[in-house]
Amino acid sequence: MYFGLSEEQKSLEESITKYLEASAPLETIKAIVDGDAEKAKTIHQGLVDLGISGLMVPELYGGLELDTLFAAVVSGALGAGTAPSPFIGAYVMAPLALSLAGKDDQKDNWLPKIAGGDAVIGIGLSEYVGAREDAGVNFSEGKISGRSLFVIDGKNADAYILANKSGQLFLVDANTKGIEVTNLTTVDKTRDSIELILKDVNAELLPGSEKDLSTTNKMVDTGRLMLSADTVGASQIMLDKSVAYSLERKQFGRAIGSFQAVKHMCAEMTAELEPCHSMVWHAAHCQDNIEEEAREMACHLKAHVAEVGQQVSKTSIEVHGGMGFTDEMGLHYWFKRIGLNRQLLGSPELVREEVAKLQGFDQILIKKDN
Amino acid sequence: MDLEYGPEYDDFRNEVTSFIKDNENVKIVGPVRSESRVAWQQKLIDNGYFARSIPKEYGGYGGDMDIIKLRIIAEEFAKSPIPKPMGGQGIQMLVPTILELGTEEQKQAYVRPTLRGDMIWCQGYSEPNSGSDLASLQTKGELDGSEWVINGQKIWTSTAHLSQMCFILVRTEPDAPKHQGISYLLMPMDTPGIDRRPIKQMTGDSDFNELFLTDVRIPAANIIGKRGEGWKVANATLGHERGSLADPNATMNRFNSLVNLMKGETVDGERIIDKPVFRDRLLKIQGRIVAQQSNSLRILSSQINKGQDTSMARFITKLQGTELRHDLEGLAIDAMGEIGTLYEDSPHLRDKGAWQMSYMYFLGLIIGGGTSQIQKNIISERGLGMPKEPKVQGA
Ligand SMILES: Cc1cc2nc3c(=O)[nH]c(=O)nc-3n(C[C@H](O)[C@H](O)[C@H](O)COP(=O)(O)OP(=O)(O)OC[C@H]3O[C@@H](n4cnc5c(N)ncnc54)[C@H](O)[C@@H]3O)c2cc1C
Repeated sequence: MYFGLSEEQKSLEESITKYLEASAPLETIKAIVDGDAEKAKTIHQGLVDLGISGLMVPELYGGLELDTLFAAVVSGALGAGTAPSPFIGAYVMAPLALSLAGKDDQKDNWLPKIAGGDAVIGIGLSEYVGAREDAGVNFSEGKISGRSLFVIDGKNADAYILANKSGQLFLVDANTKGIEVTNLTTVDKTRDSIELILKDVNAELLPGSEKDLSTTNKMVDTGRLMLSADTVGASQIMLDKSVAYSLERKQFGRAIGSFQAVKHMCAEMTAELEPCHSMVWHAAHCQDNIEEEAREMACHLKAHVAEVGQQVSKTSIEVHGGMGFTDEMGLHYWFKRIGLNRQLLGSPELVREEVAKLQGFDQILIKKDN
Repeated sequence: MDLEYGPEYDDFRNEVTSFIKDNENVKIVGPVRSESRVAWQQKLIDNGYFARSIPKEYGGYGGDMDIIKLRIIAEEFAKSPIPKPMGGQGIQMLVPTILELGTEEQKQAYVRPTLRGDMIWCQGYSEPNSGSDLASLQTKGELDGSEWVINGQKIWTSTAHLSQMCFILVRTEPDAPKHQGISYLLMPMDTPGIDRRPIKQMTGDSDFNELFLTDVRIPAANIIGKRGEGWKVANATLGHERGSLADPNATMNRFNSLVNLMKGETVDGERIIDKPVFRDRLLKIQGRIVAQQSNSLRILSSQINKGQDTSMARFITKLQGTELRHDLEGLAIDAMGEIGTLYEDSPHLRDKGAWQMSYMYFLGLIIGGGTSQIQKNIISERGLGMPKEPKVQGA
């Protein structure tokens, strides 16, 4: 057995990390957050050139047809670099949806474009996971209406794949009449989020999702996995920065890293975070290879990593003292990214409730009258 | 144990509640020092609901030092949505310090305008290289005839951009051991030589600043306490700050807003508060608040009854209170899910983004006023009598 990343996976991770270090340093991220869309486009294109768009697209359609672990590795590197680029929705969930549940012409039309980095598809699944603000979409006779919140990678997208509350998937071309796009500003401005309002918009069902929920569920699982990997990547950077800062910063005539209290903060972050890397790998491996464990692993991963990420992001800011609280230091970009990942596709409580039900634990909670 | 305030206080409580009722519709507009804010503050003072025990000659109400009455005022004001009295570092930290250690002239000059909210103060303690180790500060103060000449740099000075005055720690006795060479000075912010630069925070706002001080000249009389005894004075103020950062009654107010939020938020049509896991987290937080309220009652009691030792109860308030508040705000965000990540002027934003803002703000307060680690050092060393970490040779 071999539990770990392959040489190819490591080298892809490294090339993305190096690329982001060189082309998206903190000043660039700040400029993008302040509205420099051109810079964001350039970085996105650079990442496409490294292959992030084709990872999950079948070879038949010009993609690399790699496994979920590859995508998780990429997601981690993007989180570490606070990359201002579509990925989880556009290049992971969208190709999954199309290849598993699309019909031939849908695949023919969109998959090669995704692989080549020529199309971005936004994913609206929030209402399937848990509807807020009474949002949701309804489909009948080729038309879709309603509202979808927190569409992932939906800004400037060429198309959307939206789920209704029962999990059927619909493809909507972004240029169709009747679509209103509203920006949702979240704490994490390294990524976009939108709301879609649709009035009798032409839409196509992805036929494989009509009676079978497996594709939709797989999209949720994989999406959660990618968000978790992003959090783990971001957390690791925050931890690394904390250790480095603690060796530099002196108080009471010594490096703060020599205080047991600070050492323990770093040690506790490490103890919590280190297993999360392995957990991402394992959960990703299950997606492709151990079907019966895949959902549970994805749920546990999402909930657990969200908690660890929150702790690490808080503690690492504390290690930096007042500096940690400044914009200049920029730690908050990771802090906020981890904060958004925590809520997207289900906060820890909701996801744990789901994994309890998956295992049948809810039965014992229900009081029967007899 | 006796938790009754006593029947003599029932009338007083009625008095307070009817004042609150009469003023239900009072509106305050504008920032600090605005006319309506100052007028409201003055009305509160005139009626004895603020600065109650501070003598009239210094601008207070001049009432008796009845702590139970203060408590009743705090309780009734907390329950009502009417505007609360102004706070801030001047009122919470400087006024008690001047009353305790200042000269008659200083009391006359500073207490009244500060209480009225007409003179805003900032706290010039921290320096780039002196944070947790505050006593190592290097900003110099030299006496030149009838003036102090100040040179150096301060950092993290909250509200310096809104302040008329700054209470500042400077090193005046360079040859004395580090805790004994510091003096506590009062510096007008319009003195030439003060260069203020805002620092942008993770929240996007700039509540704090850096101060660059070059030959800033202030009168020799602007010192509180004796030369070289500023550390003692500062410690007196810090005690007031730590108490004010984590008031459990304010936290309970915030808790009540959280309950309302959780009753209003739904996921798949189900109220969040009906979900056992969320409710459990909510109740854990409520339990912690109740514990801290009890702790603060004990502190209150020690102010009335001589000989009751509550030093440990005081040591823990900053640590517990700021962490609790951060957790409370974090629960609100989880309750809202994705909606809880919305910010600025986004559609669907709740309470103008206040939950997100305070979640970050309270992370700042966990650091500001002495980090959680420093609080734990204080609890273990001063509270439990455990030894300090050994000093590094030569430091
Ligand atoms: C929101 C906010 C508002 C503030 N407002 C003001 C203000 O108005 N006026 C003012 O003067 N200052 C203000 N401060 C400054 C504040 O008091 C300092 O930030 C704080 O004391 C920590 O100092 P530092 O930032 O230099 O961190 P450092 O002292 O560098 O601490 C870095 C890390 O080392 C740890 N550490 C340091 N020494 C020890 C030790 N002995 N044992 C264990 N751990 C240790 C700390 O806990 C922290 O985790 C404010 C700070 C914030 C965040």
